[in-house]
Amino acid sequence: MNDTVIQVIDFRKIYGDFVAVDGISFEVHRGEIFGLLGPNGAGKTSTLESLEGLRVPDGGSLRIMDVDPACQSRKLHNLIGVQLQNSGLPDSITLDEAMKFFCSYHAVLPRYDLLDRFGLKEKRREQYYQLSAGQQRRLGLALAVAHKPPVVFLDEPTAGLDVASRIELHNLMRELQSSGTTIILATHDMAEANEMANRLAILLRGKIATTGTPLELTATGAGFTKVSVRTKGDSLSDPELKFPAVSKRISKEEYVIYYSTDIGPTVSAIITHIKTREDLLVDLRVERPSLEDRFLEITTTGGIQ
Amino acid sequence: MNAFINHFLFEFRTGIRNKTLLLMNYLFPLGFYAMMGLIMTGINPLFRETMIPAMSIFAVLAATILGLPDPLVTAREAGIFRNYKINGVPALSILVIPALTTIIHSSVVTIIIVTTAPLFFNAPLPVNWLYFIVTFMMTACACAGLSVLIGVISTSSRMTVLWSQLVFIPSMILGGMMVPFSMLPGAISKIALLLPATHAMNAFRGLAQNLTADFNPIGSLIILLASGVLAFGLAIYLFNWDRRNTSQPGHPLMALLVLLPYVIGIFILS
Repeated sequence: MNDTVIQVIDFRKIYGDFVAVDGISFEVHRGEIFGLLGPNGAGKTSTLESLEGLRVPDGGSLRIMDVDPACQSRKLHNLIGVQLQNSGLPDSITLDEAMKFFCSYHAVLPRYDLLDRFGLKEKRREQYYQLSAGQQRRLGLALAVAHKPPVVFLDEPTAGLDVASRIELHNLMRELQSSGTTIILATHDMAEANEMANRLAILLRGKIATTGTPLELTATGAGFTKVSVRTKGDSLSDPELKFPAVSKRISKEEYVIYYSTDIGPTVSAIITHIKTREDLLVDLRVERPSLEDRFLEITTTGGIQ
Repeated sequence: MNAFINHFLFEFRTGIRNKTLLLMNYLFPLGFYAMMGLIMTGINPLFRETMIPAMSIFAVLAATILGLPDPLVTAREAGIFRNYKINGVPALSILVIPALTTIIHSSVVTIIIVTTAPLFFNAPLPVNWLYFIVTFMMTACACAGLSVLIGVISTSSRMTVLWSQLVFIPSMILGGMMVPFSMLPGAISKIALLLPATHAMNAFRGLAQNLTADFNPIGSLIILLASGVLAFGLAIYLFNWDRRNTSQPGHPLMALLVLLPYVIGIFILS
């Protein structure tokens, strides 16, 4: 997992007076799923489009397997597969035609089996405009991976997909990953990023706000751990009760919820208090801060590392 | 080569499958031909002499100038060309293949006109078939090139309609299909010489139909060829994968260079 497939060094992209990407650097290794997160306008699309060879960088350097996307497009197009947010296909093209069309430009045999696998078997003779949004997205993905590229860019791959298709897509991503394919995943779905990505970068105002594994990202920052406690009696009902490292307390249904910055002393003190009051602990749940919490924290506080 | 053939076959089918293109490629020219055959031959029997070339030019104009540019603009705006670029589809294929398939559709319509006009409307067949085919091809090349160029420089479908009508309507009125070029007043005839339809009609008259040409018909063929090649060259040069691409190779006004052969023609031929 250590050989670098994508290298971004001090990359800048400017549109007129607007600096869309301001000197970001990161590396992605072979077989890695790298999540690119960020609010709208953070610079995700500019970064992806420049890596895909659609935009010319205004500074820094980009490399995909030692190929410069800006000036080696012939070499690039067989190295990458891209599932665009908008699949970018003519309305009148049938699914079979689309598969044949794109595979022929990559000089590979059409992968009709992928259409079957993505639940499009019955639709193969239908035209693109006749497909639902989810089916269009699945077709886009099938076309992106049909030529078995070593690097795949997925832009919001599961938006509009039903649960079964989403699971199928995630399975395919894992399968691609296990065969050594590197995946760049741009998504607004934090659960998906948390589940699928090996590493993440959160972009904010053209800079990388933070980067690391999902676990590293959720472990850092102000991140309060949520401790939800339910007791048989009313030992925790007093809102004036103080426990170590607790910064906030709320009551919800039959639970009392504490937000703690240091989970050990908090839980220990709560249990001791319940015992002291001769009450009975019915349920205790500890929830780590989610990636979504961390993302919101970064994007609202605007913290750039 | 396999990719080119697949792309070509897809575009060819689109010309029939897409209702708008079907209208422009077949229904509109054939409907107009039937109407002109029924009405114009009654009003002006001399129309029969040039009916086949005039309706062939009309078929080319409808399919190319009215039919070709908008799908290019729509595809660019829908991100289709971005997808094509990512997957290695060259700009040359994106621009030339739809033009080639449109020319084939126009050829089919022309064959229908050539085979039915003598039967139904007593229109004379071309005298020189080789020149008829050459003139048709030059006309199709010039109009397809111009259409592709309009598609490349237009920023929206609305602008495409404007540019297309700017060529189509004067071509219908001044191009010699309805009113003979010789009947146009001096200044208007100069404007007419800026239109591919005028040169096409002149070449058809002088070379294929054995009628009197209004000016040198070979010169008209050369102008049509030159403008077609120039238009395709400019279209490929000015082609942009999407509107947000800031690395624009040249200013869209460069497209006006396509008029150069016609402007030169005004000085040499008239």
